[in-house]
Amino acid sequence: MDWTLIWVLGTFGLYIGIALWARAGSTNDFYVAGHGVHPVVNGMATAADWMSAASFLSMAGLIAGMGYGGSVYLMGWTGGYVLLALLLAPFLREFGKFTVPDFVGDRYYSNTARLVAVVCALFVSFTYIAGQMSGVGIAFSRFLGVDFNTGIFFGMAIVFVYAVLGGMKGVTYTQVAQYVVLIFAYTVPAIFISLMITDNPIPQLGFIGNIKGEDISMLQKLDETVKGLGFESYLASTKTSFDIFCITAALMFGTAGLPHVIIRFFTVPNAADARLSAGWALVFIAILYTVAPAVGAFARHNIIESVNETTYVPAADYAAGSQRVSEAGESPSPAWFANWESTGLVAFDDKNGDGQMQIRGPAAPDGLENEVTINNDIYVLANPEIAQLPEWVIGLVVAGGLAAALSTAAGLLMVISSAISHDLCRRTFFKNMSDKTELRVARVAAAGAVIAAGFMGIYSADLAFVAQVVAFAFGLAAASLFPVILLGIFWKRMNREGAIASMLTGLIPTFAYIWHFKLGAGKTATPDQWFLGVSPEGIGFVVMILSMAVGIAVSLATKPPPQDIQDLVEDIRIPGKRRSHGIADSGMAPVD
Amino acid sequence: MADAPESPDRKGYWPEVIRLTLTLLAIWFLVSFGAGILLREFLDQFHIGGAPLGFWFAQNGSIYVFVALIFYYCAAMNRLEKKYRIEG
Repeated sequence: MDWTLIWVLGTFGLYIGIALWARAGSTNDFYVAGHGVHPVVNGMATAADWMSAASFLSMAGLIAGMGYGGSVYLMGWTGGYVLLALLLAPFLREFGKFTVPDFVGDRYYSNTARLVAVVCALFVSFTYIAGQMSGVGIAFSRFLGVDFNTGIFFGMAIVFVYAVLGGMKGVTYTQVAQYVVLIFAYTVPAIFISLMITDNPIPQLGFIGNIKGEDISMLQKLDETVKGLGFESYLASTKTSFDIFCITAALMFGTAGLPHVIIRFFTVPNAADARLSAGWALVFIAILYTVAPAVGAFARHNIIESVNETTYVPAADYAAGSQRVSEAGESPSPAWFANWESTGLVAFDDKNGDGQMQIRGPAAPDGLENEVTINNDIYVLANPEIAQLPEWVIGLVVAGGLAAALSTAAGLLMVISSAISHDLCRRTFFKNMSDKTELRVARVAAAGAVIAAGFMGIYSADLAFVAQVVAFAFGLAAASLFPVILLGIFWKRMNREGAIASMLTGLIPTFAYIWHFKLGAGKTATPDQWFLGVSPEGIGFVVMILSMAVGIAVSLATKPPPQDIQDLVEDIRIPGKRRSHGIADSGMAPVD
Repeated sequence: MADAPESPDRKGYWPEVIRLTLTLLAIWFLVSFGAGILLREFLDQFHIGGAPLGFWFAQNGSIYVFVALIFYYCAAMNRLEKKYRIEG
């Protein structure tokens, strides 16, 4: 039996088992896991919730290709947790309701504000979930030999069971299991490849160490190698510092504004646990994020060393072919390359017809063309084989990628379903709905969201499209949601008019800019045509500043918020028993 | 404030929270946007092991500092809450 199949079936069985154990009995269970999750457990669930298929499979390869330029992802996707812990999570927990639109709607005493927040949350979550579902489809179609749509169907079925039955409670405990699977699958091959290249078992130390048996640092050698082949330096970037600054900032503030991350902090018992939990989440995330740049560098070094200038041996009858090449006194291309060729993730095109594999950058000194294409995901997927680990480890990596995709998808589904059943139905249109009815609606909404997500995954099978739209999620979260939440806590004077103006200022220009330069007429624009030289990935930060300024100006020009609201803000700043504050809590009482 | 000795002092608490938050955010900014981006070229003349310092901050160092910042914040907030008799 195939190891990949064993791992995938085994882990799926585990997730279903957990789902049956952690069923939700009330809306409090369904939306926020009864506010009873231990901070370390929540930290682990948040880490799985946060780290998507892209973090797990693609990030190391992305960094390997970009070198220093890839740092934007490392700093951007971790630094946001400092903002969450210090500026948002404990206060939103103290606020004591279920969703991000709950906060926006109640703090700004306005259902219009609530609806704008729902639109932002739905938009951010749907763009994000499409990528997760197509990630699942790809994992199935490449490694288990089923077709792409069937793969998505399997993924949908499994998420359906634990999200619909268990809501946030089921999602939390399956995410913990998924974290364990994915971190194990990521670090085991990383340790072995670190040993192989640097002789140090700890990848973070190998990263700053010397090449095994040589007196030159690994990074130095890699930098010289890539420059010698005509690539950009590994240790610098051609992007302007200002653009790198804006992209990093957009990813950080975007991370802090993503609804599926924020709602995880509603599941712990109190504000002190919310901040502690953000710390644990970052510990669990940092384990992968500090290993990823090491894996990227090791793998790029290793791939160049083992593939460049070798004689190509086709996958058919590899053993005999490589022996023939060795006997002729040449070095054969490695076995892993032949094995992965059938997946389409690596390819060789012998442009100069010499039978040798040439890896070259755009400015190659010898003028040769590049003949080898390597997909970003291969850096993680082929690691176990490159490090000559046993076959069961390869299957584990596939299960890890699926765990990363499914855990993120489930977190997003909770945002989508609660936006419909709670924010739209219970809080806006049918205010007298009973808890039991709401729970039933929540399950139906979750089921509907699973199906919608599946179709979005099938529709966006074109992954280039997915990569393009992820910029939307972070840009919009940073520019539209982060400012109103931050000002809502730290500036008592912020009022309804200011909040609505601020969210719209964040939403519309960010959307238009990214659409224009990513999908519309400006797709082929060069950096000097960008506004202030800021790329679409970084525009969210620039618009965020604008949206805060507009929010403050409009608030100052209009009436201050009612006394009840000002009392509410005072109250959530201070941990302890939260009291009810008139109009702020008339629609829904805070839960302790 | 004319509070009884055991009752929480809410007026003194919040300015101290703001001061702590701003201090920690300054460090957050310094290690990422500062060391990793704006000062990278300058810092790259120094090395930590075999890695240029600015590059290392951008890819590894800033993340370690982020983790330390959050745990320091948790401890400092617990201290503040005790000092101002606020129960979490």
